[in-house]
Amino acid sequence: MMTSSYASSIKPADMSASAPLSIQGVSKIYHGKRDWFSRMTRKATLDYTALDDINLDIEANTFVSIIGPSGCGKSTLLNIMAGLSQPTTGTVLIDGVPITGPGPDRGVVFQNYALMPWMTVMDNIRFAIETVNPKLSATRQKAIAHDYIELVGLTGAEDRHPHELSGGMKQRVGIARALAIDPQILLMDEPFGALDALTRGFLQDEVERIWEQQRKTVILITHSIEEALLLSDKIVMMTRGPEAKIAKILDVPFPRPRHRELLDQQPAYHDIKAEMELHLSQETRAVEESRIRRRAIA
Amino acid sequence: MNNPALPAVRSKKAIALSINQQAFLLFLLILGVLLLFWEVGAKMGLFSQLMPSASETIKETWWWLSKPFFDYGPNDKGIGWLLLTSLRRVLLGFAIGSAIAIPLGILIGLSEVFSRAVDPFIQVLKPVSPLAWLPLGLGLLKNSESTALFVIAITSIWPTLINTKFGVSHVDTSYLDVTRTLGASRWRTLIKVILPAAAPYIVSGLRISIGIAWLVIVAAEILVGGSGIGYFVWNEWNNLKITSIITAILVIGGVGLVLDRLFSFLQTWVAFGQRV
Repeated sequence: MMTSSYASSIKPADMSASAPLSIQGVSKIYHGKRDWFSRMTRKATLDYTALDDINLDIEANTFVSIIGPSGCGKSTLLNIMAGLSQPTTGTVLIDGVPITGPGPDRGVVFQNYALMPWMTVMDNIRFAIETVNPKLSATRQKAIAHDYIELVGLTGAEDRHPHELSGGMKQRVGIARALAIDPQILLMDEPFGALDALTRGFLQDEVERIWEQQRKTVILITHSIEEALLLSDKIVMMTRGPEAKIAKILDVPFPRPRHRELLDQQPAYHDIKAEMELHLSQETRAVEESRIRRRAIA
Repeated sequence: MNNPALPAVRSKKAIALSINQQAFLLFLLILGVLLLFWEVGAKMGLFSQLMPSASETIKETWWWLSKPFFDYGPNDKGIGWLLLTSLRRVLLGFAIGSAIAIPLGILIGLSEVFSRAVDPFIQVLKPVSPLAWLPLGLGLLKNSESTALFVIAITSIWPTLINTKFGVSHVDTSYLDVTRTLGASRWRTLIKVILPAAAPYIVSGLRISIGIAWLVIVAAEILVGGSGIGYFVWNEWNNLKITSIITAILVIGGVGLVLDRLFSFLQTWVAFGQRV
C-alpha cells in the first residue's frame, strides 16, 4: 500500500500498475454433439475450431487493438485472456506467470456494460473496490470511487441507478469500475459497439484522454478501423473463423496525445487505413460467401 | 387565423375525453345497468325468493361497513374483527410458507443436482388442491387454528418456490462474469449479486402466493369454522342472510385487491428498471 502522498488515488502513468501479456499457442475448440441421441435426431454437430494456435506478445504500457471480421473469435480470445473461458491448448502469461482463471489483475469492460441495476453508480464501483480490497476502510473506498467517477467525468451522477443513465454514461461507469481496482491489464470487449456514432466518438476521445493518464496495458476488441487507429500502438488483424489466426500486426507510430481531427494529417495514416480496409473487406467477403455456400449445401 | 376550419377542430377537442375518462363513464354505465337489472328483477320476483334487492343489499352493506368493530359474542362480530382474524391467519401462514419457499428456492436454483432431486416432489405436490391438505392437517395437528395455518403455508409455498428457483438460476451471466473477474467469493456473489438480481422474480412469486392464500382462507375457514370472514360467510348462509354474504364477497375482493397492490409496489421497488 502506498502512503497517500498524492491527493488522488489515481496513480500517474509511470507508477500505475501495468504488466506485459503473452499468448502462447492458444487454440479454442468447441466440441460438437455426437452422442447417440443427437445422431438419431440428426442434431449432431462437428467440432468447431474457433481459434487456431494464436501467439501474441504484448508489452507493458501499450494499447493494442484486435480487429477482425465478425465471428472470428475476437471475443473468445478476450474471454480467454480474462480467464472467463479456458483455452483448449496453450497458455496466457501475465508478467511471465500463467493465468489459471479470472482475477483482479485484469479489469474487464463488457460490451453490454454489465452494471448491477440495483446498485447506484457509486455502489457499482465500490462493489468492485470492496471485493478486491475488503480491508480498505469505507471512507478510503469512497474516496477511490470518487476519484474514478471524476476521471470518467460522471461527478454528480454518483447516486443514480444504471436505468437512469444513457448508454454512454453506463459504459463510463463500466470503465471506471474496471480501472478502480487498479488492474495491470485492461481488457475491453467492443466497449462502444452498442452506442450511437456520436457518443462512440466522444467516448473514444475519453478513453484516449484516460489512457494518457494511466498508460496501462490495454487490449481492445473492436471492429472499427478509426477506433483502432485513434487509440492503438499496435493493431492485431485477425483472419476469419473458423480456425482464426493472426494475419498481421500493424504498428501505429502516431505521436500522442492524439486528436481525431488531426489524425489524418499523419503521413502513414492513409496507408495503414487502406491496408486495414483491404484486409477486412477481403475477410468479410469470404465470410459472407462461405455463409451463402453453407446454406446452399444445407 | 381566418381559417374557418380551426374553430370547428377546437370545439371538437373540447368534448373529446381521454381514454381513462371514457372508461370511467363506461364503468358507471355497466354498474348502473347491473344494479338496475338486479333491483327490478328482485322486485318483480325474477330470482329466487332468497335474493334480496339491490337497495336492501346496499343498505345492509353500508350498515356492516359503518360499524366494523362491534363484538357481541363469537357469532356476532363486526366485519373489521372478522377480517383481522382472517388476515392474521393468512399473513402468518404466508410467512411460514415463504420462510420455507425462499431458502429452498435459492438452494435448488443454485444446485442442479438438488433441483433435479427435489423436482419430483414439487411436480406431484404442486397441483394438489390446498383443501385436500385440510383433513391431513386436522389429523396431524388436532387443532383447527394450526390446520388453517398449515393449509395456507402449504398453499403459499409453490409459486414462491418456483419463481425463486427461476430467478436464482437465470441471473444474467454478465453479472456473474463481473464477480468472477473481481474474484468475489461465492457467499459475496450470492448476497450482493444473485439475490438482488433474483429479487423481482421472488417478489412476483410472493405476489401470486399471497393471492392464492387469500383465496384459500375463505374455504379453509368455512370448513374449519370458529372465526374469520370465511366462517362468517358460512354462518350467514345458515341464517339465510344473503345481504351479509354479498357484503362479505365485496370486502374479501377489496382486501385481495389491496394485498395485490402492496406486492405490486414492492415489485417495482426491487426491479430498478428491470422487466420481469
